[in-house]
Amino acid sequence: MTQESSHTMNATTAPTTGRPLLEVTDLEVSFHTQNGIVNAVRGVSFSLNAGESLAIVGESGSGKSTSATAIIDLLPGTGKVTGGSIRLDGTELVGISRAEMEAIRGSQIGYVPQDPMSNLNPVWNIGFQVMETLLANGIAKSRKEAEAKAIQVLQDAGLPDAGKRLRQYPHQFSGGMRQRALIGIGLSSQPKLLIADEPTSALDVTVQRVILDHLNTLTRELGTSVIFITHDLGLAAERAEKLVVMYRGQVVESGPSREILANPLHPYTQRLVAAAPSLASRRMQAVKSHENVAIAAPTAALDLTLIERAEQREEAATAASPIISLRDVTKQYKIRTGGFKTELFTAVDKVSFDVHPGTTTAIVGESGSGKSTIAKMVLKLEDVTAGNVLVDGTDVTAIRSAKDVLAFRRRVQPVFQDPYGTLDPLYNIAQTIAEPLVVHGVGTAKERTARVRELLDQVSLPVSTMSRYPNELSGGQRQRIAVARALALKPDVLVLDEAVSALDVLVQGQILNLLTELQSEMGLSYLFITHDLAVVRLVADSVCVMKSGQIVESATTDEVFDSPREQYTKDLLAAIPGAGIELGA
Amino acid sequence: MAWYFFRRVLQMIPVFIGATFLIYFMVFALPGDPVLAMFGDKTPSPAIVAELRAQYNLDKPFIVQYLLYLGGLFTFDFGTSFSGRPVSDLLASAFPITFKLAMLAIAFEAIAGIAIGLFAGLRKGKLFDASALVVSLLLISVPTFVIGFVLQYVFAVQLGWVNATVGQGAPLKDLILPAIVLASVSFAYIVRLTRTSVSDNLGADYVRTATAKGLSRGRVVRVHVLRNSLIPVVTFLGTDIGALMVGAIVTEGIFNIKGVGGTVYQAIIRGEGPTVVSFVAVMVIIFMVANLLVDLLYALLDPRIRYAK
Amino acid sequence: MPNNDSRSPEHYVAPLDETPLLVIDKVDENAKPSNLWLDAWRSLRHSPIFWISSSMILFILFVGLFPFLFTNEPPNNKCDLDNSNGGPEAGHPFGFTKLGCDVFARVVYGAQPSLTVGITATLLVVIVGVILGALAGFYGGFFDTIISRVGDMFFAIPVVLGAIVLMQTLSGTRNALTVALILSIFAWPQVARITRGAVLSAKNSDYVTASIALGVTRFRVLMRHVLPNSLAPVIVVATVSLGTFIVAEATLSYLGVGLPSSVMSWGNDISQAQSSIRTAPQTLLYPAGALSLTVLSFLMLGDVVRDALDPKARAR
Repeated sequence: MTQESSHTMNATTAPTTGRPLLEVTDLEVSFHTQNGIVNAVRGVSFSLNAGESLAIVGESGSGKSTSATAIIDLLPGTGKVTGGSIRLDGTELVGISRAEMEAIRGSQIGYVPQDPMSNLNPVWNIGFQVMETLLANGIAKSRKEAEAKAIQVLQDAGLPDAGKRLRQYPHQFSGGMRQRALIGIGLSSQPKLLIADEPTSALDVTVQRVILDHLNTLTRELGTSVIFITHDLGLAAERAEKLVVMYRGQVVESGPSREILANPLHPYTQRLVAAAPSLASRRMQAVKSHENVAIAAPTAALDLTLIERAEQREEAATAASPIISLRDVTKQYKIRTGGFKTELFTAVDKVSFDVHPGTTTAIVGESGSGKSTIAKMVLKLEDVTAGNVLVDGTDVTAIRSAKDVLAFRRRVQPVFQDPYGTLDPLYNIAQTIAEPLVVHGVGTAKERTARVRELLDQVSLPVSTMSRYPNELSGGQRQRIAVARALALKPDVLVLDEAVSALDVLVQGQILNLLTELQSEMGLSYLFITHDLAVVRLVADSVCVMKSGQIVESATTDEVFDSPREQYTKDLLAAIPGAGIELGA
Repeated sequence: MAWYFFRRVLQMIPVFIGATFLIYFMVFALPGDPVLAMFGDKTPSPAIVAELRAQYNLDKPFIVQYLLYLGGLFTFDFGTSFSGRPVSDLLASAFPITFKLAMLAIAFEAIAGIAIGLFAGLRKGKLFDASALVVSLLLISVPTFVIGFVLQYVFAVQLGWVNATVGQGAPLKDLILPAIVLASVSFAYIVRLTRTSVSDNLGADYVRTATAKGLSRGRVVRVHVLRNSLIPVVTFLGTDIGALMVGAIVTEGIFNIKGVGGTVYQAIIRGEGPTVVSFVAVMVIIFMVANLLVDLLYALLDPRIRYAK
Repeated sequence: MPNNDSRSPEHYVAPLDETPLLVIDKVDENAKPSNLWLDAWRSLRHSPIFWISSSMILFILFVGLFPFLFTNEPPNNKCDLDNSNGGPEAGHPFGFTKLGCDVFARVVYGAQPSLTVGITATLLVVIVGVILGALAGFYGGFFDTIISRVGDMFFAIPVVLGAIVLMQTLSGTRNALTVALILSIFAWPQVARITRGAVLSAKNSDYVTASIALGVTRFRVLMRHVLPNSLAPVIVVATVSLGTFIVAEATLSYLGVGLPSSVMSWGNDISQAQSSIRTAPQTLLYPAGALSLTVLSFLMLGDVVRDALDPKARAR
């Protein structure tokens, strides 16, 4: 197979006492809530040998994080282990005293948390936070020794200038640097086991790749066993030898990663594999093989329509003039650089591209690339510093009168990223979807209600949703409402700003499917802003890759994926987790 | 840090000018004869009225009056009291006493408030927490002067443990009871604030990470939970100095302490308006300066502020 | 047991009937309806403190509105120096003041001025603070600079200190309304600051951006989306402020610069009781107790409402 398997060989030759390093048996965890006791983890069992790596995969709420935090007794809130056993090197961890657990944490089991922004204490410098770990675990005996070792730890974690960095505070570090510091802290006492809870999901893909590679090297050198908690099947398969798939608090499938990916047996795993953009969409034709999956994943249907639609769109794209056209668009902000000085920061630098009617153009870039600023300018929510934004031949930047702005708003509508922020919590769903109709004076109250029903039907939500409030709906359902609201005025263009990024992969597949259907029914044009190249493959006809405010590469989706010209594009493609994994038939 | 300090001082200047202007405006630009109004029902001697008119430059345009007053503030000329003595003279003898009382009160409310708040926060929902909450709410509900009367009556009159009034020179042992009275309301606020802050911080990601690093529970609480919880408490102490000043007027009145508050109290009771106005203006200035100092303390506690550009 | 006893990982699959698959992202049509206010109400409904404090407040408001229903003593008419500092007796459950007035009647009649000051000052502070805070937060720029700086100037003067100075110069026109007005002059910046913060965070939410992209005018966005979503913290502060205004009024009256001594108020009565605390503690105890209970009720209500409106606190 690939290079990962050699890694397995090394691990199995590591000295073991004949039993697994970690054995979790029939673990039960429950939470005490207002609505009674919730069993978050039910009968979970898995084991891990010394030097091995294992990934627990599942959607949010599947119990994957809960299972992992139960191992080091860090369950949040009212969480409690109510049954089963957790053995580390043969020693039972369930029910041991606080002091005993304190002795195990750090020195025997290390932990790397998810969000680098909130996991370092903002009031202490980095050196202090590394040194206290070393002192608490007896790795260093004096402050002086601790300081020398702390520098070593940070250096090993890949932070240059570690000596100087010791005196710096977390807010002076970038996200990637903080995550390196946290990895350094987690490994500083050379634990036998490292639990990495979504260690890079808050970071850009290229940073993510570098950090995971580094983590890999470090743990292999030290012979540390690793448990990854992740929602990303591609990442799990790429980084771990063993896979544990969790669904609704239970393990539905576990075993060697490659085998599970190539031959998923449980219908849930099959769904996951089919929906994972990084895996399933390797090639559109290849995905056809999933048609025969017993419980059809929604994306299987999507893939078929995709191919049909792609053919139609290609014809359309060449025929008509662009619906949206950006010409040398530049956006500059004044930023304060300390004191009274300000500096001009160019967020978007002479960007030009077209969106053809009935097609999808994706803008891909990492955080700070300027992609969201483009979305705001196309929506006329931000003014353009220089250049023109043309919608159907009309220069949007020149529109001034309230009437003309209103007319423009009917044609271009947004869907935003955060499903929890996109709907006013005090408006019920009917009010939310009807708001654009009210504002634009469309129809009578009765007609508007009829239109709301129609729109709900279009986004496949029951009519009973009308009287509900956003907090009663899931993230995916909220995004459907946001789509329905955007469609209320029958626009030509939807600007989808990371519209599916915050969703679990199955839900994401469902929404992408919906968007594709709507596009073909109504001939909509999409401007699809995302950081996730894998998703682009599923939905876009052409792609613009952005970096530091500029478009570095712009081509059709197939061209970008099959023969990227720019190194940056190649890096981005290589950074898609699981990109290198070949799926079996 | 230097930049932060500089910026805070810079920000304080317009606030200072605005606040003193407000007070000045309220007293002298409202309709009616301000000098006579200051005396309320009493009739002042013409000599004093004349002197006040001259002192506040009432014959000149209002804005000139204010500027002259402001100029006086910078040369520690705070005006003249009812009896004709310069306010700065009265301050010189009264301020040290009030300072001593206020420091005692702050020490009491900070130490006891933070300690009880910490324990309540760590045991959220338990009996200790519930009782701390009830007691703190009661302390806030009962006006300071009622607490003052009751404690004075119980400890000084009934039990005879302390003197009912503070003697000459305000010895420390006489100031203990007044300091507790003065601190009572703020103590209650600090308990509540620390409790909320501690229980919030207990759920913070960095506290979980600190535990995961293998630190002992005690160290996690001391170094990570408590330290971070102090930041909002320090901010509160800044605004609380204002409440302490009002409290000082009441408390020093009850215990007959000859400090700044006691002087204002006596002046109010006797209807000596000019003294009240001059002293309150000085108190506002002290409040602002104290706030600046608290801001510096805040910057020391929070590196994000310290290193802000 | 799946793959426990085996060193080489075996491929384990759970039987499907153990964890049946659910339809992806299905709407639960039977779920109880809920939204912010409904959820808050549900949590309040089960809180004994909410019921205790709100019924206390209703009762005190009733006493304040209709004092004559609770005592048939017209309190000032029947003061009899023979009863000076007298203890409780039939018809006079709380005893008598130094001037021989019925303490119970004075406590009943004293509710009105205290409540008037508290309610009026709170209304003024909320109206001024919400309008200015919302303008500053929503429109930003010049509005924000002016309002925030002016607010800072007022904020630099402690409320009661400022009130002492102003009341001193207003000696001729002291009544409940002027006391309320003067307290609110110095107290509005707090509400303005809180509103400004809430408006700022609501303004930056996606639903506001989405509404603007829909063509909703900025003013309508402010009124229909931003303000309603910013009110929760204001309600909490207003409830607590009402209590603290009542304490402030009592403090001013105690110092002799609040309500004139001819007005029957808890502050005045406490002030007058100071001299007779040794001989007649009831003259202090009852008005002070009534005042404290009133303030306590508002503080407790503020506390439970804060918890109810904060979904984070409710989840815990």
